[in-house]
Amino acid sequence: MAHCPECDAGITLQGLMIGEIIYCPDCNAELEVLSLEQPAVALAPEVEEDWGE
Amino acid sequence: MRLAILTSRIRVEEKLLIDALRQRAITFDIIDDGELLLDLSRPDERWREYDAVLCRSLGQSRGLAVLHVLEHWGIQVYNSAAVTATCNDKLLTTLALLRADIPTPRTLLAFDPQSTIRGIEMLGYPVVLKPTNGSWGRLLARINDRDAAEAILEHQETLGSYQHHIHYVQEYIAKPQRDIRAFVVGERTICAIYRTSAHWVTNTARGAVASNCPVTPELDSLCVRAAQAVGGGILAIDVLEDPQRGLLVNEINATMEFRNSIAPTGVDIPNAMLDYVLSRVREEAVA
Repeated sequence: MAHCPECDAGITLQGLMIGEIIYCPDCNAELEVLSLEQPAVALAPEVEEDWGE
Repeated sequence: MRLAILTSRIRVEEKLLIDALRQRAITFDIIDDGELLLDLSRPDERWREYDAVLCRSLGQSRGLAVLHVLEHWGIQVYNSAAVTATCNDKLLTTLALLRADIPTPRTLLAFDPQSTIRGIEMLGYPVVLKPTNGSWGRLLARINDRDAAEAILEHQETLGSYQHHIHYVQEYIAKPQRDIRAFVVGERTICAIYRTSAHWVTNTARGAVASNCPVTPELDSLCVRAAQAVGGGILAIDVLEDPQRGLLVNEINATMEFRNSIAPTGVDIPNAMLDYVLSRVREEAVA
């Protein structure tokens, strides 16, 4: 189980992929899945000026 | 057949592409652009394992940089660096459309605020001021009067980067609370949506609602010509309906998002994208 870096809530990463963006079920922080084998998430990076289509 | 998908994040679009690849039993790798270290004179041999690389980077400048390097190394990429560079830059897109005689909103370019105001008032209020790069409807401004023009330009000059000191001024099109997003893959418009919003910015990223837009022969022809004008490939064409002049091509997107367009159109966009890439890979192999 991974832990939200914002509020420490436990988060299961079943069925997810590395690089996927999820929301913490407790505090709603936007998180990026970093690792599945040793479950880890980090706060997702802020949208940058040149992101888009 | 082995493909690579260049990503920054795994969004809905990337998951749909991954699902389509798995269903077709095509071998592929996901490559995180943030982890790349590219030794320009010494191509990493792992890239030669790929028949093609599909760029889905979120950062337009980052994705384009990787495309330039991969093409330099002789790797087949989609879309090409030239097409992506043109689409990433609204000025280059407009020039490409004008070169191909494709109807597009009248656009002025200016650098000094005073010259920009002169251009704005030449077009007449309201006008739309856009950064030449950027996406998702960010930093678009509809300017209704001189007070707003002066305020926005002062903000851009003071707070913006040098890129925001290039003022791209477009006539405002009184569209019917919607625009059209058409998806061109190769030489065909595979589907289109209306993007409807009470707000004048009609990007789905800004809350516009998607519904099916029938692909008429007129829309298909215009969008395919627009796609070819920027070099062709897998492209999303934004079209405005002008009450007097009809359809005008506004912008073209080289790394298109399509999550909201599959359900209303019933078209399997990710598989159409893969069909195109695979057919091009086979054509290249024969050539």
